Amino acid sequence: MGLLDAKISNHNVLVTSVDNVLNWARLSSLWPMGFGLACCAIEMMATNASNYDLERFGIFPRSSPRQSDLMIVAGTVTMKMAERVIRLYEQMPEPRYVLSMGSCSNCGGPYWKHGYHVLKGVDRIIPVDVYVPGCPPRPEALIGGLMKVQELIRMEQIGISRVEALKKLEEKNVDPGQLIEDARKGAMAS
Amino acid sequence: MGESQESVSRSQEVEAALALWEIVHAAFPDAVSALDENPFMPFFEVLQTERWREIALFLRDDPKLRCNYMACLSGVDYPEEGKLGIVCNLESVGVHAHKIAVKVYCDREDGVIPSVARVWKTADWHEREAFDMYGMTFSGHPDLRRILCPEDWTGYPLRKDYVVQESYHGIKVPN
Amino acid sequence: MQELGKAEHSSIRVTPQGENRVIVEKDLSSEEMILNMGPQHPSTHGVLRLECKTDGEVVIEAEPYLGYLHRCFEKHAEMVDYPGIVPFVDRMDYLASMNNDFAYCIAVEKLLDIEIPRRVEFMRVIVSEINRIASHLVAIGTYAIDLGAFTPFLFCFRDREHMLNLLEWTSGARMLYNYILIGGVAYDFPKDFAHRTLEFVKYFRPKALELQKLLTENEIFVKRTKGVGMMPADVAINYGWSGPMLRGSGVEWDLRRVDGYSVYPELDFKVCVPDGKFSDIGDSLSRHVVRALEIEESLNIIEQCLDKMPEEEGFDPRSAIPKRIRPKAGEVYGRAENPRGELGFYIISDGKSTKPLRCKARSSCFVNLSAMKELSLGQLIPDLVAIIGSIDIVLGEVDR
Repeated sequence: MGLLDAKISNHNVLVTSVDNVLNWARLSSLWPMGFGLACCAIEMMATNASNYDLERFGIFPRSSPRQSDLMIVAGTVTMKMAERVIRLYEQMPEPRYVLSMGSCSNCGGPYWKHGYHVLKGVDRIIPVDVYVPGCPPRPEALIGGLMKVQELIRMEQIGISRVEALKKLEEKNVDPGQLIEDARKGAMAS
Repeated sequence: MGESQESVSRSQEVEAALALWEIVHAAFPDAVSALDENPFMPFFEVLQTERWREIALFLRDDPKLRCNYMACLSGVDYPEEGKLGIVCNLESVGVHAHKIAVKVYCDREDGVIPSVARVWKTADWHEREAFDMYGMTFSGHPDLRRILCPEDWTGYPLRKDYVVQESYHGIKVPN
Repeated sequence: MQELGKAEHSSIRVTPQGENRVIVEKDLSSEEMILNMGPQHPSTHGVLRLECKTDGEVVIEAEPYLGYLHRCFEKHAEMVDYPGIVPFVDRMDYLASMNNDFAYCIAVEKLLDIEIPRRVEFMRVIVSEINRIASHLVAIGTYAIDLGAFTPFLFCFRDREHMLNLLEWTSGARMLYNYILIGGVAYDFPKDFAHRTLEFVKYFRPKALELQKLLTENEIFVKRTKGVGMMPADVAINYGWSGPMLRGSGVEWDLRRVDGYSVYPELDFKVCVPDGKFSDIGDSLSRHVVRALEIEESLNIIEQCLDKMPEEEGFDPRSAIPKRIRPKAGEVYGRAENPRGELGFYIISDGKSTKPLRCKARSSCFVNLSAMKELSLGQLIPDLVAIIGSIDIVLGEVDR
């Protein structure tokens, strides 16, 4: 912030769009809900603690779903827990984001085949924005996932909800694979 | 540590269990089977299931036995014999140096085993778990409910013929 | 007038009994309130739900509800073969995977009746003792956070990273190692491992002292934990407590000493029990003190093992691993000392298949937690947090 402070204290004017300011404010103070489910929660704690220090991204766990805007589903979601997770998600105010951390909450992980009591992917019950693979993911991977959430927020626009934006994308029928292919071809040509 | 040392300690374990079993057998000649000299886990079976609590109290309180510590209580399914059972690993902490395992059986359908939750408090939750997973009833248990699965779960998961339910509260269960 | 005088007396009085226990004397009718803690409460250590019946601030009954992390370990164990169970065992007590693997492998090796190379035994003890320290650090750190001290948590996690680095260097994973296999270990120690581990021990000794000064001797911490959650030794044994919980009640019971598995009989370490000078024997503080003391002992064990471990050029730690693991028919109860207590595996083999017929895990936290109802009786709600923290539960192991 040092540079920005200096600029403003010299009575300068900052020109930007409202979108940018709002998104910047939101993405630099992502407050995840402080609840862990299983093994991944320990890695989440390790990411919050000294060595990886999530606070430098403005990320600090909040104890109440009403105050938080990001849910990190860290660990195995079981049938007994599933309803609680839905309820917690519903208690969070919009705009809210969900990061699914670890293989278990992505798809059931090692409990995919015989885990009668394990929910095979948290996306069966709540919408997920970012998936972080790993069993458990390293703190670096979690930080990477959180930066992806930040990217997601950076692309948002006022007046268009995320649901609408997704619909628009669908209407346009843009195939992300095609986009990548086009970009690769462009790079090869140049 | 050599192989010989280990085998010596193992036979000591069996010997101690044998001495223990002799006392129990003298007190309950009809109710307990002969000792199975399994080198890793010597055990005897309770033949009269309804006397299990009596035997348990004897095991805990007799000054020569004092098996005051229940290490483990596991439910087991024996589909071929049409039986369910529990296996209790008992041990004496701080008094004697012996341990033994006890097996108790019941029928597969509507089986009842006397609860020992008031003898060893460890058994409280372990019996609830066995009930949750296998479905045998423990008579005289203070609070016999499912412990790990939700209250309204169908079936007993660890029985060999268990089939997973299709959905739970509208959420699909199998993959 | 008399009636008025009666009315003065007929109110709820909270009478202190000892330092922390209170008794409610009441003549007026009062209503019990049911208060739910969890399963996403920040101070219940994972997804545990406590249903507390309270009268004002005094807990009358706290009933734990489990199963929010029931991942069907025992079902998986019947479905996959013996070596395939190891990763699932890892995920039971995810703070001490090495110790879990150790206990499981001891059980299966008893069933197989195979001999383990001496160097492998030392390697196993070293990694599981490192893991024990890491696990105790998390227990202490989160306990501090429950009681409102944030700094010790940061200290603990800073030092824990060093241990995770060592174990990652050895096994390739940060938390869930899958390193100890039936009959051996996955890889030999990397070159220079002994040197780096000794360096770590040298670095960590003063840090452990610092932690002790910061937390264990902290006036506020002592006030919050001393005399809270008393558990007499005989009741603890009846509840089946083990590990630091049982030792906190003054019973010298350590499976490393009692069973003397692996190379522990050759090592010089003491079984830590509180001496009763600093804490009341059997309270939350003594359980914490036992964990703090055990860290020291584990450091000693690591040093001794590194000293005694036979060096072999080109050592193959997988040499004793059987090609095909199919034990003969029989049953076994194998156990080892986990950071949380006795972790046992009851395995039945039918002698025909490569999968166990039954594999029951006797989890230490599950048993330790079952005393919650008794521990919480007549305690204040804030003390309830102090008690749960002192039990040091890992829900992965409680629910399996």
